[in-house]
Amino acid sequence: MVRHIARTLAKMIITLFVIVTLVFFATRLSGDPINYVVGQGITQEDRELLTRYYGLDASIWEQYVRFLGSFVDGQFGLSFVERRPVADIVAERVWPSLQLLLSGIALTILVAIPLGILAAIHRKSWIGSAVMTVAFIGYAVPNFVLAVFMVLVFAFTLNWLPVVGNSTPWHFIMPTITLSGALIAALTRFTRNAMLDVLSQDFMRTARAKGLSEAVVILKHGFSNASITILSVLGLQIAGLAAAGNVVVEAIFAWPGIGALLVNAAILRDFPVLQFAVLAVAFAVIIVNGVIDIAYAYADPRIRLGRA
Amino acid sequence: MAEAVVGNTSARPALLAHAARIWGDANGVQRAAICVAVLLLIVAAFAPFIAPHEPTAQSLISRLRPPIGFERFKDGYLLGTDELGRDVLSRSLHGLQLTLILAALGATIGLLLGGTLGLVSGIAGGIVDDVVMGAVDAQIAIPFTLIALLTLAIFGSSIEVMVLVLGLYGWEQYARIVRGEVRRLMAMPFIEAARAAGASGGRIAFRHVLPNAVSPLVVQFTLSISNIVLLESTLSFLGMGVQPPTATLGSMVGIGRDYLPTAPWIVIVPAMMILLVTFAVQILGDWLRDRADVRLRDR
Repeated sequence: MVRHIARTLAKMIITLFVIVTLVFFATRLSGDPINYVVGQGITQEDRELLTRYYGLDASIWEQYVRFLGSFVDGQFGLSFVERRPVADIVAERVWPSLQLLLSGIALTILVAIPLGILAAIHRKSWIGSAVMTVAFIGYAVPNFVLAVFMVLVFAFTLNWLPVVGNSTPWHFIMPTITLSGALIAALTRFTRNAMLDVLSQDFMRTARAKGLSEAVVILKHGFSNASITILSVLGLQIAGLAAAGNVVVEAIFAWPGIGALLVNAAILRDFPVLQFAVLAVAFAVIIVNGVIDIAYAYADPRIRLGRA
Repeated sequence: MAEAVVGNTSARPALLAHAARIWGDANGVQRAAICVAVLLLIVAAFAPFIAPHEPTAQSLISRLRPPIGFERFKDGYLLGTDELGRDVLSRSLHGLQLTLILAALGATIGLLLGGTLGLVSGIAGGIVDDVVMGAVDAQIAIPFTLIALLTLAIFGSSIEVMVLVLGLYGWEQYARIVRGEVRRLMAMPFIEAARAAGASGGRIAFRHVLPNAVSPLVVQFTLSISNIVLLESTLSFLGMGVQPPTATLGSMVGIGRDYLPTAPWIVIVPAMMILLVTFAVQILGDWLRDRADVRLRDR
């Protein structure tokens, strides 16, 4: 167990280090960043002044070392656009992003797991195929197309829901549904397959033979066994899907979160913000995956007791 | 000579028979998907001939005209015009063409890059394998949308950079598949036999291993076309993809979004086309996967 945790942590740290290095050098390939701060028409003195102001006068290796140091002292530089520390800009957007992410994942779990179980039980009837058809549609419809159609119907035609921002609970409805669409589709499919694997096991027949009610058999014996597999996927796939989906959804609904910030920074070539936001999201995904990996290992007695 | 002629004459009926058998296996939805896919390919290939207007031709007097059947419809603009008086149908057809070309290029680059890395990693083993698989793990850990946004911000949003970004998308899937197949096949007796017969590493790779890994690669290739169309249209929708006045389906939806309350057809036409593409390709991909995987047949 200890060895497994150590190996997982070591892998996480190496991945993070590789990402930090790649992101740092990649953003330096874009030419003189000062051009993005003010454009071309400034005097040589002003340019040198700005170069010093943003700490760009040092050699690239010095800048790299300073960049690594910023993970210790928390000084990640200033935004080219807002002239404020990027850490502050990103920090104030963490909570809105988290709110949207949590409501999206909550809706996903509430809808997808019952649907997946239903589809597995009624595999051969029309209920099963209806659920799988809906799941397929959710998977094949791009989230921005779903969002645009929802906006057209519920905001502009029926006038029921607001489009921009996150000020009231009503503002959560469309972004949450947009974010959940693909996640629900993926998790429904996965829950169904995991349940099908369990339903054909011998202990299910034993449970029924004992005279347990069908609900107990399905939920207690079936679902609790399938849930371990489902949890592992929830972490690995859903974390990545949700992070990517969040970027698009926030940009569409002008949600004041990290995703919208990322897209804006990319369009404005605000590299300090872009760099920091990409790293923040990548770190979050990798750490969540690492934690789930360890939790999964702990739940599996073969690894916990050190036999694998 | 006689043999060659016989070989020639039987090849075409065999191919036709194969196509007929596949058609016979398909259910209604899958047949519809095949028809839609073929239709989309033809329409995209002949877009310049089918489109009634130049996709970038502006006309200030016929701005924001609705499609046929609505008030203020203007003759010759079947599906309406956009905010600059450009024909929505012509732009959608050209957009479809560009979207499909980008998707095909991206999927091919991904296949070659990932396939090569997987092949090398599987055959070489050792430290090479560790490095490649480490890169695969790192790639899986980071949402690709982030990498795409960063790359496009750094190198600018040109078609060349877009092809590069789309080509990088999904390489890790190919690498994993090929490596897995290679390692499975390398343990088989016929590889040992080939090696005993004195075959070189390259010959074993291309002659004995790769042909046996084709089936899962075809499935992955089809599914990745749909994923790449999604990624490309998403990036273009966000304004980071192909730049105006060139249109892809995604950028038409993205820019047309500003006119949604007054001129929804600017968005609806390309959006429906995106749906046709992703539905058709996804149905075909799922079907191919189910055919290739015996375990899934009964489900």
